[in-house]
Amino acid sequence: MPIAGERSVSESRQAQTLKVAIRGRHFQLDHGESLHVVDTLDFCLSPHSFTCIVGPSGCGKTTTLRMILGLDNQYEGEIGLPEDGSVAAVFQEPRLLPWRTVEQNVRLVLPESRQTESLDELFAELGLSEMRNFYPNQLSLGLARRAALARAFVLQPQLLMLDEPFVSLDDATAQRLRKLLMRLWRNHPTTALMVTHNVEEAALLADRILLFSDRPARIVRTLDIDIPREQREGAVLAELVDNIQA
Amino acid sequence: MPARIKTWSLITLSLALFLSLWAAAALWVNDNTLPSPLDVWQSLRVEWRSGELLMHLSYTLLRVLAAFLVAMTIGSAIGIWLGMKPLADRLIDPWLILLLNIPALVIIVLSYIWFGLNEAAAIGAVALNKIPNVVVTLREGARSLSPDYAELAQVYRFGFLKRLRHVVLPQLQPFFAAATRSGIALIWKIVLIVELLGRSNGVGFQIHLYFQLFDVATILAYTLSFVMVMLLVEYLLLQPLDKHANRWRAVRV
Repeated sequence: MPIAGERSVSESRQAQTLKVAIRGRHFQLDHGESLHVVDTLDFCLSPHSFTCIVGPSGCGKTTTLRMILGLDNQYEGEIGLPEDGSVAAVFQEPRLLPWRTVEQNVRLVLPESRQTESLDELFAELGLSEMRNFYPNQLSLGLARRAALARAFVLQPQLLMLDEPFVSLDDATAQRLRKLLMRLWRNHPTTALMVTHNVEEAALLADRILLFSDRPARIVRTLDIDIPREQREGAVLAELVDNIQA
Repeated sequence: MPARIKTWSLITLSLALFLSLWAAAALWVNDNTLPSPLDVWQSLRVEWRSGELLMHLSYTLLRVLAAFLVAMTIGSAIGIWLGMKPLADRLIDPWLILLLNIPALVIIVLSYIWFGLNEAAAIGAVALNKIPNVVVTLREGARSLSPDYAELAQVYRFGFLKRLRHVVLPQLQPFFAAATRSGIALIWKIVLIVELLGRSNGVGFQIHLYFQLFDVATILAYTLSFVMVMLLVEYLLLQPLDKHANRWRAVRV
């Protein structure tokens, strides 16, 4: 029987922003059976690193992210979160509140003490300066995802979680947004953990890749990538992808 | 012809047709059981000049307002709670069905017997008649709240008030609008019965008085006056509020 997982502020934060030590996650199905979704997961994230979790569809990647975000507590094990608790997330869908404008959506996550801050620079960085007063239903999916990124980065989080944030976009738009994400991450350093099933996307963005097995998820391989991101194109990228898939 | 002028022309034409049919029927009946529109207008002027109409309309309007606020506040809180807590919903649901099926008249009579012929009993009885409807409407609203937005609020650690104001209430707006519309219409009809049975002022009391005098023209004058007040509330308050709350839907591209 699964027990509620313990979420604590990491005591040994000198080196890690996030410590994950999950011992298992089972889902109880309607007809009494149990589905073993996540097996044992042990990993840590260093400050200002960019880690990608890569694995086949339905292997438990999103479940892992949900456990870290505190949206699923029915796991066995322990998750150590950043000390000041500032965590931001970009979901698979933009999840902008449709009754609030782009700017209102972004400001909503800010504490009262930061409400008067100018967001001009951030909106300019994201190419949203002209759309601050637009409602989400006036935006294309690509622009809505930019707004979701703005909402995450405005918080200056210690930990940023991204759950396949560029899924269901055309290749060109997804590529533009990946570059934008990298620029934002460099300008506003944070520890990032991104879930994706796109190996090339992981190869382009990550410092470290955690390869998940089929369900129940466990880490089958950890790859540290030292190649500078600007060199990850053409043959270098293809070789990197081959190496991940090997 | 601009669409707005066309709409108003049609409304005017429709009202003129209604008044003509009424006048023709009154002429044909030729009896004070069906007074003509002109007779009703005369009665209305007499009551207005004496100050009676304004005073009784005000009493009724205040009772409608008080009962509406009590019913909406209590009904919304219970409805949202039941929509979010399935166990509480299963426990309270039979009470709700019971209340929904008790006739308004019974609640009013019992309220007057138990709490006396006073204002609190009158307003409480009206509110109690409306609360189950509000609960049912808002419960459906709370059941349809998006878990995605709830997760967003949890991840970004919204406090209770921020979550309520920016996440929960905007999703419930159509349900509030439905409860308000049906609520006001139902409440004012029940207020008349409450006034007829146990108050010494208000439109219901006056209708009872003129019923005893068999003065149909004045009964209609009071009725139509209050309908006019409710129309003003609808067009000057409810519809602009509704439009404001739904402004984000109008701009869809």
